[in-house]
Amino acid sequence: MQLRLTDTSLRDGSHHKRHQFTAGDVRSIVAALDGAGVPVIEVTHGDGLGGSSFNYGFSHTPEQELIKVAAETAQRARIAVLMLPGVGVKDDILVSQDNGASIVRIATHCTEADVSVQHFALARERGLETVGFLMMAHSQPPEALAKQARIMADAGCQCVYVVDSAGALVLEQVSDRVSALVAELGSDAQVGFHGHENLGLSVANSVAAARAGAKQIDGSVRGFGAGAGNTPLEAFVGVCDKLGFETGVDFFKIVDAAEDVVRPVMPEECLLDRMALMMGYAGVYSSFLKHAYTQAERYGVSGAQILVRAGERKLVGGQEDQLIDIALELSREKVR
Amino acid sequence: MKAAIVGSGNIGTDLLYKLLRSPVLQPRWMVGIDPASEGLRRAADLGLEVSVDGAEWLLRQDELPDIVFEATSAAVHRANAPRYAEAGVRAIDLTPAAVGPYVVPPVNLGEHADAPNINLITCGGQATIPMVHAVSRVVAVSYAEIVASVASVSAGPGTRANIDEFTRTTSRGIEAIGGAGRGKAIIVLNPADPPMIMRDTIFCAIPEDADPDPITDSIARMETDIRSYVPGFRLLREPQFDPGRVAIFVEVAGAGDFLPEYAGNLDIMTAAATKVGEEIARAAEAHRHVTA
Repeated sequence: MQLRLTDTSLRDGSHHKRHQFTAGDVRSIVAALDGAGVPVIEVTHGDGLGGSSFNYGFSHTPEQELIKVAAETAQRARIAVLMLPGVGVKDDILVSQDNGASIVRIATHCTEADVSVQHFALARERGLETVGFLMMAHSQPPEALAKQARIMADAGCQCVYVVDSAGALVLEQVSDRVSALVAELGSDAQVGFHGHENLGLSVANSVAAARAGAKQIDGSVRGFGAGAGNTPLEAFVGVCDKLGFETGVDFFKIVDAAEDVVRPVMPEECLLDRMALMMGYAGVYSSFLKHAYTQAERYGVSGAQILVRAGERKLVGGQEDQLIDIALELSREKVR
Repeated sequence: MKAAIVGSGNIGTDLLYKLLRSPVLQPRWMVGIDPASEGLRRAADLGLEVSVDGAEWLLRQDELPDIVFEATSAAVHRANAPRYAEAGVRAIDLTPAAVGPYVVPPVNLGEHADAPNINLITCGGQATIPMVHAVSRVVAVSYAEIVASVASVSAGPGTRANIDEFTRTTSRGIEAIGGAGRGKAIIVLNPADPPMIMRDTIFCAIPEDADPDPITDSIARMETDIRSYVPGFRLLREPQFDPGRVAIFVEVAGAGDFLPEYAGNLDIMTAAATKVGEEIARAAEAHRHVTA
């Protein structure tokens, strides 16, 4: 079995780094991953093209500059960008292509695939490879997810990902969803899986996805990502070696990259701690973690409670502003 | 003033009920293109003349409307706008076509009350641009950003197929009408069931040493102005001040005329359109008295 791996430490890791990546960080990480044979490296603000904002956090260095540095640094690897319709616009995709990106990944909440149609059309017209992200995939049953995948594939998406944004899916829940997408899409598009570590299952879930027919798998070296981190790519590469899945990535080189190059860029390790577990357990968007910490400190309330309430309110990716509202609500309840 | 509604979908039908309550506007015609339209059926039952042959039919009638409300799509309005102008019919455009000047009633309606074509930007723009203006009329706003969260079921196929149009048009409105140096708009569709009522957050970059009190006061006055024509609009929280920034949290509940309460995003468009139409009618009336 052959799998194509995408490293997303320079995109999902942007959340953990509070969007403070420098050109130097990007250059060193891309060089190390490229040297280890990682075929695709995603570089964008954590919330996708155009994500630099009050709501999600302003970028230290404009993402388009980082994309350009990544494309100039990579010898073999291809550079991918993420975009969320409603946050970024088509022009952002075109600029990233000018800067050397060749794969565009369009992400929507997993019930809203039709907002991505115009972006897939543009990307294909411009000769970009396309990937679709159905985020918060735990919140919908396999059949509903497959219907949304069909909308993306018909719009020109070449690989639809089951995206476990909350790190809430457990083993068979992954394989059932991947299988449903494989059955729906057939040869029209591949299926991918993007995991998070919030319940400690990201590597195991990725194996389940591959066995169910996923051809593309995301991870972040050293887990450098959102929430408790993404699937640690070097661990997954090792597991693939043991299982006989071909990834084209050199295990020893990527282990060195994780330890010697990526870890020093991380502000701290991504931990499976109380807050992260709350997200996996309550089904909360992993990027909310750092924002929950910020608002907990600002308003003197419990960060874990903010996350649980975000789950109760059924917030979706992008609604970081509502965490302020929740913190104010909690602080008012405390006064009473 | 005799009014026509072009477009018999959700927005056009909700608008119908608001216009029927207006003391100065008389909705006489409603046209669409869908013979199975619930909106056209309701309009006919309420005594309007209806047709499925769209604006062409409307402009062929012996008697023409004084004012037309366009609730179709940007492309359709771009095609219709010159024909309305030729026929001497004023147009209030609820699509993002932006043929005429942007208008947000509590900010700049006075400036454009005699314009032949008026554009209402977007739902998110109607809900947030007044608040950007409320801040920028007190202190300099170098950058403003809005986040609109709307219930998935209230985002129609037009919005979905062209979500970029929403973000771009709203951003431009934040700058041109809100008075921010640079504007950014974000829209999030939330499928929660029961559907969430529309919420908007407005972030404005302000000087570090800005005095919060006059800003808070200006925001409260703007809330009152908006509530005069959108009763479901309210501030959810006190404005939140952090160094160099103020954050404003609002909710927009619909009046429930045709659309459910959660669809405040659609209600604020039809309410703004009605408000603009009434001001135009009153101005025309005053003009008639002066010249008579």
